[in-house]
Amino acid sequence: MTRYAARAGLAFAVALLLIWSLFPLYYAVLTSMESGSGVFQVRWWPDAVDLGNYRALFAGSNFGRSILNSIMVATLVVAASLLLGLTAAHALGRIRFRGRRLLLMAVLAVSMFPQVAVLSGMFTLIRGLGLYNSLWGLALAYLLFTLPFTVWVLTTFIRELPVEIEEAAIMDGAGPFTILIRIFLPLMWPAMATTGLIAFIIAWNEFLFALTFTLTDTMRTVPVAIALLTGASQYELPWGMIMAASVTVTLPLVALVLVFQRRLVAGLTAGAVKG
Amino acid sequence: MIGAVMRRPRSLQATAALFLSPMVLALAVVAVWPLARTIWFGFTDASLTAPADYTLVGLANYLEVYDGAWYGVLADPQWWQALRNTLVFAAASVTAETVLGVGMALVLNARFPGRGLVRAAVLVPWAIPTVVSAKMWAWMLHDQFGIINAGAMALGLIDRPMAWLASSDTAMLSVILVDVWKTTPFVALLTLAALQTVPRDCYEAARVDGIPPWRVFLHITLPLIRPALAVAVVFRLLDALRVFDVVYVMTGEAEATMTLSIHARQQLVQFQDMGYGSASATLLFLVIGLVTVAYLAVLRPDRAASGQRMAGHAGEAGG
Repeated sequence: MTRYAARAGLAFAVALLLIWSLFPLYYAVLTSMESGSGVFQVRWWPDAVDLGNYRALFAGSNFGRSILNSIMVATLVVAASLLLGLTAAHALGRIRFRGRRLLLMAVLAVSMFPQVAVLSGMFTLIRGLGLYNSLWGLALAYLLFTLPFTVWVLTTFIRELPVEIEEAAIMDGAGPFTILIRIFLPLMWPAMATTGLIAFIIAWNEFLFALTFTLTDTMRTVPVAIALLTGASQYELPWGMIMAASVTVTLPLVALVLVFQRRLVAGLTAGAVKG
Repeated sequence: MIGAVMRRPRSLQATAALFLSPMVLALAVVAVWPLARTIWFGFTDASLTAPADYTLVGLANYLEVYDGAWYGVLADPQWWQALRNTLVFAAASVTAETVLGVGMALVLNARFPGRGLVRAAVLVPWAIPTVVSAKMWAWMLHDQFGIINAGAMALGLIDRPMAWLASSDTAMLSVILVDVWKTTPFVALLTLAALQTVPRDCYEAARVDGIPPWRVFLHITLPLIRPALAVAVVFRLLDALRVFDVVYVMTGEAEATMTLSIHARQQLVQFQDMGYGSASATLLFLVIGLVTVAYLAVLRPDRAASGQRMAGHAGEAGG
């Protein structure tokens, strides 16, 4: 009897967990497919599929451009973080030198900076480099979050690779660059895919810098575009369109998370950093 | 340990420097320099429109007496309100996330069909951009057309729609709710990773001895997952103290929910007052530093370090 009770309790808890996690997304999809005044009637189930909001979103605004911007910024950030992170992790994970622990701690400390605390300094830096209102400026600024995290995860990973492989390569006369590119790189792909994916998500989702360091509609990234989306009149929020935009930028991420779930969990817990 | 290290120390040192310098340079440019500049601007009267054109004003942005009246961030009632809001937000959301996260992890750690899929589903709120979650919830909490009002009225919990985000009592509750929704999966994942390292025979022995489950949890599970939980709490606390997106998108610069980050950005960008805004931002940096140090001191640093290691290893086991 208690076995059945326990099982029913577990089933109930799992159902609750699923509803809690998925209902807001479900409801956003539902709203995004309502048309006109249909948005303003509360419904729990879909009655008709109307993609008008999606059409209006891509036809009437710069939303397509914003998506492209986000893809470009995120790709740049991932590439730069992985390149800088990999070489640094090789040194931090494999070579013993003075001040290594201190450097690792400093890198970790950077990931604790409140974003606002670097805002005015970053603003003058980006303006000084002539990168204000450009995607390059955003990509540069995003290294603040992605680089410390990439370095930490890759260092942890590289430390756990067997030393023997490296020693054998040294015996064969391989230099540090050869070791990194020919020996470590092939072994590092799983870790790089994970950190790259998380860095991509961080860059895709970032809001404060994107809001502050861009000025024109054509330079916006998707979170800013969604936050600033307005309808025909300034006082009436186009909820159907906002939900269509939300679903559009979220579904690719959800798909990625579902596919790479195991890797993501491993990466997040290994680095134990913010998402 | 590594024979080669002993044999060619000098060239290896050079290699380390070569490999590290791009990363160190990048972090100096995007982190150290901007932070130093912000702290510096806090002592000036710089404005956002002409940041190069300023004079040093000492501590005037922080606190100054002029004609018997106090000025500066520390005499600004709005800043103190923002500090209160931030501390309330951080305390409430981190507590709720920790409790719910452990509960979620215990459910996910049980054996049931489709467990992999449920674990993936739980990650969905974490992956959704904060701005999007804020918008989704703002829509669900809409005073006239929101599904939460409709549902609560259908269940007889309230008799007329509530303006969740407009009323100052419920606005804070709403932003905390959204933050908890979004970040509980993170705590749950770290906890789950730690749970998977708890040896099974502990539970076997407890069952044989007939110890009730809640005592097993309190005396076996909880002490073992404590280090990992501490790491999760530190990271969440740091995040909650610097919160910006969710509050800004849901309630804008409303006083009832204004956090320290929003206050600093408002001074900086909205009012173009770079000196004052930088002073406010520097104070946030100090508040976060103080809270972190206090938390780590309470926790003892050696435990925090072992928690970090444990979370790392558990991650590999869980993946």
